[in-house]
Amino acid sequence: MTLALSTEGLTKTYSNNLAALKGIDLRVQKGDFFALLGSNGAGKTTAIGVICGLLKATSGTVKVNGLEQKKHISEVKRMIGLMPQEFNFNPHQPNIEILTTSAGYFGITRDKSSLRAELLLKKMELWDRRFDVAQSLSGGMKRRLMLARALMHEPQILILDEPTAGVDVEIRQSIWQYLTQLNKDGMTIILTTHYLEEAESLCRNIAILDEGDLIEQSDMKKLLSKAKKQVLILESEEKLPENISIEHCDCEKLDDHTLKVFQGESTTISDVVIELASSNIRVSHLRSAQNRLEKLFLLLTN
Amino acid sequence: MWISFQTIVIKEVLRFARIWIQTIMPPVITTSLYLLIFGALMGDRIGQMQGIDYLHFIVPGIILMTVIMQSYANTVSSFFMTKYNNSFEELLVSPTPNWVILTGYVSGGVSRGFCVGLAVTFTISFFVEIRPYSFTILIATFFLTSIMFSLAGFINAVFAKTFDDIAIIPNFVLLPLTYLGGMFYSIEILPSFWRGLSVFNPIFYMMDSFRLGFLGVGSIELWKAFIVPIVMIILLALIANYLLNRGVSIKTE
Repeated sequence: MTLALSTEGLTKTYSNNLAALKGIDLRVQKGDFFALLGSNGAGKTTAIGVICGLLKATSGTVKVNGLEQKKHISEVKRMIGLMPQEFNFNPHQPNIEILTTSAGYFGITRDKSSLRAELLLKKMELWDRRFDVAQSLSGGMKRRLMLARALMHEPQILILDEPTAGVDVEIRQSIWQYLTQLNKDGMTIILTTHYLEEAESLCRNIAILDEGDLIEQSDMKKLLSKAKKQVLILESEEKLPENISIEHCDCEKLDDHTLKVFQGESTTISDVVIELASSNIRVSHLRSAQNRLEKLFLLLTN
Repeated sequence: MWISFQTIVIKEVLRFARIWIQTIMPPVITTSLYLLIFGALMGDRIGQMQGIDYLHFIVPGIILMTVIMQSYANTVSSFFMTKYNNSFEELLVSPTPNWVILTGYVSGGVSRGFCVGLAVTFTISFFVEIRPYSFTILIATFFLTSIMFSLAGFINAVFAKTFDDIAIIPNFVLLPLTYLGGMFYSIEILPSFWRGLSVFNPIFYMMDSFRLGFLGVGSIELWKAFIVPIVMIILLALIANYLLNRGVSIKTE
């Protein structure tokens, strides 16, 4: 499989001697939906900054679709669409102008960019607000505007730094659907997010950064399979008996109707439900006490 | 590259046109006051300067001062704001070369200098009859002046960290240099020491050639008046391009 993005020995040390990246080797396949995770200050935004040409790397190389970024900076920039974490548009500019101006920087004529802006603003449900200035938008609307702007020049690789922060549930779902569709259409998407369930449900591959080091890079399924033990919260309509025991699992009664089960390695969720049913306890609702990826993430990053 | 350049210029023109009450109106009002006070009310008492009525004599200076201040103000405020709200990142992630960014911003400054200069000239035409001596000299001086001060404004914005930093140079350097550059007087009336000092003021050269183009009177030879801004433009353009390439105060080191 061809690589959409690769870095080799990428380091970035800021002038205050802070080593933000310590020689990371990233591999993102073409057409992938890739999660780049890490806690605050792990180096995610620095890595994105270097890849997009916002920051100069101290050493190492970045290749985009096989082209070395330093030698082919213009071509590489055309291939990438960036939606940064911080709002970085002129708040006094009308929304439609923000999009057409951005497209103009990529060499797209006003006629073409106006059509594309219309399409994207409609997609992001911002068409009615096209002549309003950006500062009048809500936080979620601003995020959608930034996503539309990143897509104006039809990039091959879309880099999203916290795309759904501050976005309400309904809009977040529609953004997820849209991103999934873009990915199906062949766009490579790299996502950083603090919503780990977002990464888990959208991404196929994952890398985890911790204090500038790449501590994990693998297939999402493979990584999640490492999290064998789960903590389940079960609810029953009937009143729970005082003592409940499930083979290979530890149980803790939270209240008369709620049970916390520490799932054993060899036990499946079905085993738990069947065993409770045999004790005349019908499970009306079941949920995981902690997201599996979240659990792994905390484990890997201490 | 052409489209990128066009985009920056359109963005800049729309920016100052959108806030015309802040950008175009104040110079028009100030000009009217200058002409009313220094020209119509006091002009007759002052008499003539270099053989020309005082009201006519100050007209080129007023127009050029407007061009200087407006060209400078446009690049310094616009570029500083793009740094302030991080919208400069839009340009950094695009394939637009740095020299195109620079020429785009400078053209924005020149455009504002031209628009406001034209508005001021139109206002002046209600007070005095405007009959330029040489359009070629006027246009050449206008471009040299506005390019030079747009570049200077750009460099100021690169180093500026606060709003104070973008107000200090125009108020404490540019305005005094403009007044002392012969806006209201001919350097021929100055004592020799002050006359000698004036030759170190670059605005003096532009003021002189603009007055020559307007009224047909000047204190120095035309080539001298043109060479100073040309050298300054080359120097400032090299500095500005170097700063952009190094990413000074734009890219975190």
